[in-house]
Parts: sequence; C-alpha cells; structure tokens
Amino acid sequence: MSTPQPAAAGAPLLEVEDLKVGFGPRGHVNEVVHGISFAVESGKCLAIVGESGSGKTVTARTLVGLTGERSQVEAGKLDLGGRSLLGLSGRRWREVRGAEIGFVLQDALVSLDPLRKVGQEIAEPLRIHGWGERSGRRQRVIDLLTEVGVPEPELRARQLPHELSGGLRQRALIAAAIALDPSLLIADEPTTALDVTVQAQILELLQRTKERGRGLILISHDLAVVSRLADHVAVMRLGEIVEQGPVEQILRSPRHRYTRALLDAVPAAHSKGTRLAPRVAGAYIPAGDPQVPTVAGRAPIITAENLVKSFRGPDGTSRTAVDHVSLEIRPGETLGIVGESGSGKTTTARIILALIDPDGGNVTLRGKAWTTLKEKDRRQRRRRVSVVYQDPLSSFDPRWTVRRIVDDAIAEEDYRGKEARLGRVRELLGHVGIGPDLLDRRPLQLSGGQRQRVAIARALAPQPELIVCDEPVSALDVSIQAQVLDLLADLQSELKVAYLFISHDLGVIYHVSDCVLVMKDGRVVESGSAEQIFNSPQAEYTQKLLAALPRLDRTEPERKAVPA
Amino acid sequence: MATAIDPTVGGLPLPGGPAPARTGVLARVRGIRPAVALSVLFLAIIAIAALVPSLLTKGNPLAVNLGHSLQSPSLEFPFGTDQSGRSVYTRVIYGARESVLIGLGATAVGLGLAALLGVAAGLGGKWVDGAINRLLEVLFSFPGLLLALFLVAIFGSGVSTQIIAVGVASAPGYARMIRGQVLQVKGADYVIASRALGHKPSRTLFKNILPNAFRPLVVLATLGVGQSIVWASALSFLGLGVAPPKPEWGAMLDAGKDYIQTAWWLELFPGAAIVAFTLAASCLGRYLQRRIEGETF
Repeated sequence: MSTPQPAAAGAPLLEVEDLKVGFGPRGHVNEVVHGISFAVESGKCLAIVGESGSGKTVTARTLVGLTGERSQVEAGKLDLGGRSLLGLSGRRWREVRGAEIGFVLQDALVSLDPLRKVGQEIAEPLRIHGWGERSGRRQRVIDLLTEVGVPEPELRARQLPHELSGGLRQRALIAAAIALDPSLLIADEPTTALDVTVQAQILELLQRTKERGRGLILISHDLAVVSRLADHVAVMRLGEIVEQGPVEQILRSPRHRYTRALLDAVPAAHSKGTRLAPRVAGAYIPAGDPQVPTVAGRAPIITAENLVKSFRGPDGTSRTAVDHVSLEIRPGETLGIVGESGSGKTTTARIILALIDPDGGNVTLRGKAWTTLKEKDRRQRRRRVSVVYQDPLSSFDPRWTVRRIVDDAIAEEDYRGKEARLGRVRELLGHVGIGPDLLDRRPLQLSGGQRQRVAIARALAPQPELIVCDEPVSALDVSIQAQVLDLLADLQSELKVAYLFISHDLGVIYHVSDCVLVMKDGRVVESGSAEQIFNSPQAEYTQKLLAALPRLDRTEPERKAVPA
Repeated sequence: MATAIDPTVGGLPLPGGPAPARTGVLARVRGIRPAVALSVLFLAIIAIAALVPSLLTKGNPLAVNLGHSLQSPSLEFPFGTDQSGRSVYTRVIYGARESVLIGLGATAVGLGLAALLGVAAGLGGKWVDGAINRLLEVLFSFPGLLLALFLVAIFGSGVSTQIIAVGVASAPGYARMIRGQVLQVKGADYVIASRALGHKPSRTLFKNILPNAFRPLVVLATLGVGQSIVWASALSFLGLGVAPPKPEWGAMLDAGKDYIQTAWWLELFPGAAIVAFTLAASCLGRYLQRRIEGETF
C-alpha cells in the first residue's frame, strides 16, 4: 500500500483554486459551484458549512471525482500532495479514492449495502486496492472496527447493516473510509440524524483521525457541530464561499452578513426570548407584547398522570416505551420534551393526542376525561388539540392543494359557504406568511419551509388551545428553522396557544420552552423550568446530554479573537 | 438594505444579492402533446366504429365472397380479405363494438369485484382480511382460463359470460393490489392527521383512503382493457365466446391463425387494433391522471 508522500512542510495537503462545477450538456451548463478556493493542511480540519443548495456536497464529491458524467469540472488548481487531480481517468480516480482520499457519506443506512455484512463492506477497499492476503484483511477489519470504537468487533463484522444502530453504522462507514489510512478524509454530514451523545462520539473519532496527522474536510449545515473540530471554516452560500478563516474568527467576529445571520439562527441559551431570523418583508408581525405571557397558576389544558405504554417487539418481548410519565400543560405555555431516539417522547405525544391508548394512567383535557373516552365522543373535542408533524410532506394528502389541506381542517359549523371558507383559508395562510399565490400548489411543489408553514396553518385552523409539535424543525435548514421557530413564538403571543414541543435538539428546546421534561428509555429523568434544567441540571443523564451538546462558543474571552 | 424577499422561501436575505432561487415547482406542460392528440383521435375513430360502423365502411362484415378469398391488402380491400373473401378492414371496424365492450366490461367487472374484496380486506380487520386472502389464493391457484371455462359451463357461452368470466379471472390480481394500497394508505401520516382533526372515519375513508388507494389503478385499468380483450379472444378460440361469423378482434386473431404463413394480414390488422387501442387508452389515462391530480409523485 502506498501512501502519498507527505507534502513539504508548510505546503498544504490539498489545494483548490477557482473550482467551478456545473451540470448539463456543453453550452448549457448550469453552474452550481462558482470558482471557490480553499486549502487543507495535514493534521488540520477544514469545515465547509452551508445550507441545502449551497453546493457543499457537490464540492465534496468533486474532490473524490464522483460528480457524474454530466458534470463539468474546471479549476485553476486541484492538487493533492502536490499532484494534480484534474482530468483523472475513471481508473485513476479509483486508485485515489480510498487509498489517498477517504470519503464518509451522509446516511450510513443507505450508504451501506443492505445485503452485505459489515465486515465485507469494510474489507472491500482493502481488497480492491490489493491490500494483503485474505486472512490478513480479516484481521485488519477487526482492528479497524476496534479503532473506531465498535464493541464486539468480531460479532459486528458478521452482521448486516440493519442489525446495527445508527451510531455503529456511521462508525463502520468511517472504518471503511480510513481502512487504507488515506491522507485526506472527507466527511459529508457525518453526524446528521444521530443523537447528540452519539454525535459527540463520532466527532471524537474524527478528532483522533486529525490528531494522527491526516487532513480532514467536514461538510455540515451545523456551525455548532463543526466548531468543535474545525481549524478553518469556509461558509458557502449559493455556490460561493462567502467567508473563510480560522474558526475563532468566523465564530467571534464574522465579517459577512450571511455568516452572522447563520450564527444568530442557531437556537440556544443566548437566544431565548429573541428572534432568530431577521424579519422579512411581508411576514406576519404580531400585535402587542412580544414576550410570552406568564400564565402559571391557570388551570392546565392537559393533565397526564402515570402514563404507561408498552409495545410488543418482533421477537415477542415486550418493551416499555413510556414508563409512568406525568405532565401538565398550561394555557399559553410551552412544555418541551427532549430525549434521544427511542426515549418515548413521540409515544407520549401520541397518547396525549389520543391517537394511541395508554396501557396505564390517563390524560384529562380541561379536567374532563380524554383518553378514556370512546373515539365517537372524543371526536367533537379533538379540535382543541392539534398537531404539527416532523415530516409535513407525508402528513398531507399528496393529491390535495394547499387550499384544500387547510380547508379540510376548518370546522364545518364555524365557516359556511365557499367564500367564507376561502376567506378563512387565506387568513390562516396569512398568519404563517404564505401568500395566496400558493393556494393551488400541491405539497410536492412547496419548499421544506413552506410545507411546515402550511402544516402550522392547518394546525391553527380548528382554533386549538394546544398544538403538539413533534420535531417540527428537525428536517429544516438552520435559517428556515429559525423562521419557523420565530413564527411559532409570534403565534403564541398573538393567539395564546400552548405548545407541547418535542425535539431531540436541546438548543431548540431551551429556546422555545417554559418548562422541560428530559426523557430517557420511557422515563422522565428530570423536569423543571427551562432555566433550571439547562443551568443547574440535577440528573446525571441531563448533565451528560448537555455536555455532549455542541455549543457555539462565541463569547468565551480567553482565546483572543483574530483582529478583522 | 434588506432586500425584500419572499418570506416563504428558504435562505436568509443577503445585502444586494438576489433572493435564493428554490424552484421546487415542476414545470408542467400545459400544451397537449402529439401522443395524447393521436390517442384521442384514434379512440374517437374506435368510438365511431363501435357506435356507427357504417360511417367508416360501406361493406358488410358478414358478406361472403369466395371469389375474393385470401387477397392481400389492396385499394379495394385495404386490410386484405379472409378465407371467405370478407374484407378484413370492414370486419375490424365492425369488431370494435364487441371488442371494446368486452374489454371495458371485463375490466369494470374485475375492478369492481376487486375493489369490494380489496377494500374489505384492507379495512375489515384480521378475520375478514384472512378470509378474503384465502379466497384470493384459491382463485389465484386456478388458471384464469380454467376459471372462465367453469363459469361458461355454469352460465353458457356468449358475450356477457365472456365479460364476467374474464372479469372474475382478472379480479384477484387487482384485489391484492387494492388491499396492499389500502393497508399502506390506512397507515399514512395524512390519514392519522385526518383522525387527529376529529374527522369521522367515513369522511377519511372517502376523502383520503379510497382516492389514494385507487390512484395507481387508473393506469393499470387502461392497460387491463387490452389484456381483457386478449383473454377474451382465448375464450372465443375455444368457441365459448363470440360465435364465429360475428366479427370480434380476438376471434379474428384465432380464425386467422391457420393461415398465418400465407396471409399475415389476417393476424396483423386485428392484432394492431388491440395494441393501438390499449396504447391509446393508457396514454390518455396517464394524461388525464396528470391533468386531474397534478404531478404529485
């Protein structure tokens, strides 16, 4: 196995100058990356940060020659270890990939062959590049799995991808990428969709790669994630690098407005009670007091006592998803539930929505029976509690237009007649900043942010007292997330609606919540006011979660900010 | 400073820069494509042939003239003649009525039966589902033709038997598909959303579940029309369908098979009529689906 010669001291490992990438036939090329330049040194990490459509993934794929046949790549310079990668043939690229540049893809579940054992997947780069003998390769796979911190590596190597958890799959993917110890590792959103504690472990693993003197390019939409690892940050927007520099400089004294907006959009402790996104022309501006009213002491809308729910697993064993959970939601207040996947937060929400019946305990709505009612009797009162789902697209009938989706949620007796109903639809859409020009669009023709706005309009239509928001922003870009969170805050202050807000993102939960429940394995490990939970967490698990949370350290004074 | 951008579109405002372009909108072709226009034209001709065949041909489909037997296509007989000297063109035109009737009728019977069984299985719960599934398996295990023969034995031969026999034989396939669709749609998030809004189950069923479950069947049914005609022809071949002198595309295919080496036109033109009809029907079906429901998937 040949590792490329380390470049001369001081010279960067990877140098990219004026890189342009476009797609389409010659003469009609749609350029998506417009002449960007950056460099990566050995033992350093460059983070490329941007939102969807910024060109960051295309850039990453260009560096491993995987842009496809219809792409046009041009660059002033594209050198790895002093050798140009421009115009390599498919065969030469295959020699470079894996051996000299490792590539970790975003989604470990779809990136791993579902019919191939994990060990085979990791052995593949070794085999293709002619590394050692069969038995030696087997040992190397075990070593690699051990190196990336996979417990019981012999067992794991014999398993199929679906038998592994998300975190283990991501590790296996990284093991495959570093199998030949490439001098440069590119990771495209390696921790997106992972729980915060698992994310911290993966970042740790990448940190070790960096410390071994390898170059690292980290592609992410999340500035907080990269701030832990990156030495340099390049902020991309619409195919251009709008700003790049040392990580301290980008975080503490960003020069470009877009970088500042991105930083402001991250919800966290500092942002509580403030707006995350700049106000945009035409958006709904609420009347009156922007502060969330304090309403403690008023009778709760929802009271849940000792909820228990278990599910039977495919192997016949019973698993307790919700274990003696009690909670209260008061008018105009936001209760946040935070927990990792499998903690039972969504099941709790579904019991409160009376979509599933609890095995034990009960929920009352405004002091009256709720979960114990027959569905027929409950139907009338369902409009007092509505819901915004994580994936708005699947929560809409795909055949329906925006108008019909919202209209469907308006009670028959409240608005009669075509004109009155249409007026109400327009009014609701106005609340969420959707113009009448989108009335006849179908869900698929809307952007992610627009869909979630329509979903919120639908949730408002029955004039509910409580809206259950189940991970409403976790599929959105940070700037869109900021707009949606601002919108929810505006609606709360205007309409005095209460939220049950579910998220795996502690920053989001802290930003929106008055009270917080922390859940783990179906149990509430800690509850209290948001300040209490985040500033003086009592439970060990909460402390661990908070420690694992990537934070944007923007105010820490000890490291000197680089002068602009 | 802050450029006025559409607040509903993603991205943050950039000073002086254009609003980020997020065109998730699929460009919809409003103009009618030539293939659709051709389909409409062809189906119109078939409709005329089925309703008033005398507008398209002066000939008599049953007129035997042994002096003209097995002539290749010419100006006088554009599709040639058969062994009895009848004009194949005239017979194809007159055959449209029976063929289209059998195709549409059998598909309607098949889909109707399948909808009943499939929806009942999808919504009826464990026992109903189990019972219907066993019934479908029994139906599946008979070859379609055997099932049709069985029905003919009960009801006697004729066009209506042919329609019912072909319809029943094609029902299990559709029923399986509808059941799967109903099960899938029943668990969809938008159905749960409808329930969470407090809608009655009947409203959710008719407004969300059924329309979405039947969506993929529109195209399938148009293809099924052609398939039904082919199946019906097999019955005609066994003498259990349309009686011989009467023109019908499937029956014509079978009648011409003995002469296939010398008189290709006996097979080509009725066969082409079936293929063209199927193509036109499915092309129009797809187009209508797009126009009515938009590009939703």
